[in-house]
Amino acid sequence: MIGYFLRYYDKLFSALLEHIEIVLLTLFISILLASVITILVYRKEAWGNLIVQIFGAVYSIPSLALFALLIPVTGLGEKTAILVLVLYNQFLLIRNFLAGLGSVNPGIIEAAYGMGMSHRQVLTKVQIPLAAPLIIAGIRLSTISTIGIATIAATVNAGGLGNLLFDGMRTMNTYKILWGTIFCALIAFLTDGALKQIENLIQRKVGIKK
Amino acid sequence: MAVAVEFQNVVKRFPGAGYNALDHVSLKIEEGELLTVLGTSGCGKTTLIKLINRIHEADEGDIYLAGTNIKEIEPITLRRGIGYVIQQIGLFPHMTIYDNIATVPRILKWDKEKIDRRVTELLEMVNLAPEEFKDRYPGQLSGGQQQRIGLIRALAANPKIMLLDEPFGAIDAINRSNLQDELLKIHRQSRKTFLFVTHDINEAIKLGTKVLIMDQGKIQQYGTPTEIIEKPANAFVESLMRSGGADSNYVRNGEGI
Repeated sequence: MIGYFLRYYDKLFSALLEHIEIVLLTLFISILLASVITILVYRKEAWGNLIVQIFGAVYSIPSLALFALLIPVTGLGEKTAILVLVLYNQFLLIRNFLAGLGSVNPGIIEAAYGMGMSHRQVLTKVQIPLAAPLIIAGIRLSTISTIGIATIAATVNAGGLGNLLFDGMRTMNTYKILWGTIFCALIAFLTDGALKQIENLIQRKVGIKK
Repeated sequence: MAVAVEFQNVVKRFPGAGYNALDHVSLKIEEGELLTVLGTSGCGKTTLIKLINRIHEADEGDIYLAGTNIKEIEPITLRRGIGYVIQQIGLFPHMTIYDNIATVPRILKWDKEKIDRRVTELLEMVNLAPEEFKDRYPGQLSGGQQQRIGLIRALAANPKIMLLDEPFGAIDAINRSNLQDELLKIHRQSRKTFLFVTHDINEAIKLGTKVLIMDQGKIQQYGTPTEIIEKPANAFVESLMRSGGADSNYVRNGEGI
């Protein structure tokens, strides 16, 4: 197995890099989109619920099916993969963003408005800092889920660690499957740990943990 | 005496409610008064003060603040000139005591030195040592200390008028009594107009230079504590006073006890 790694490490690493690229691009677009949608709906509860329900329905479609459905529309390749992953993330992110903003004590928000803060000031100075732990928790969840689902993106020729897994299955090459799995688990583990640290730091900062 | 706040025929109806929360209320409050607004739950007392800082908007009638119709002032600008204290206190838990108190001065772009001086002065006013308290977080303070901060945070930018909505409602009896004494001291020193909503009869009598008694969205009586106790205007006021065991020894009438 080590021998396999030494022989093909360049191919393994290029798959890993492709995978990381898909994940980072997906997260960047997902967080941006989810933030915009959240800001548009956070003061109207009914709209927020509707949006979460719609993305909840999208989230329940199996990823393989969603990739297959989109091939005729957006073709093969990274673009389709990222589109699907961004769609999946919206449910996890928006749900957590809205829950975070909604979790802020109404007395604090009333005091903030009563002092003469604008909607923007209340959002940026009060609601977002206090919602930060839930916001980060949402980002953490969607990061892990993206790392996992991105392997299936290999079915639409998007590359990444999924290529190793699917190639390995087709050619009955156990080493390939193992290395793909190990790399996948490794980046999931590392990013999860890093984000958990950030979450703890923020919780201490906003006084939830002492 | 100049008029600080005037209500002219103000009506407020909440959607879905079959009655008026405020029913054709007309009222003049003079500058420098500490008006306590007394009534049972749902009598319209909280609505009355939330109309002044436009957290609610009146359906009919006009409200004037120092002669200006509040409809002509942008709500955000209006609120920056009004101190607002609520029962839930609403301190920002992620900010230090200093940052909490400095919120409005910073929005108004005061310079750092002026803010420093103001924060120190305010903390000393409520007997909290500035050096010890300014870098703490609200979670590290007791309920009574938190409400002291809530009170001075509202005073920070020198508002002309203070609105207090049952500020001591969730505080134990001993601390409440201390806070009431401090509030009286602050009022005497500042000579600002205070509107203080409460459902506690003794609190209303003890603190008020004037007392406004409300029921079902209407004013039942408006007068000095002595007038209210000695000459109740109607059966409602009389029964309210009797139920609270109001004691004329507490009466302040603006002169202090």
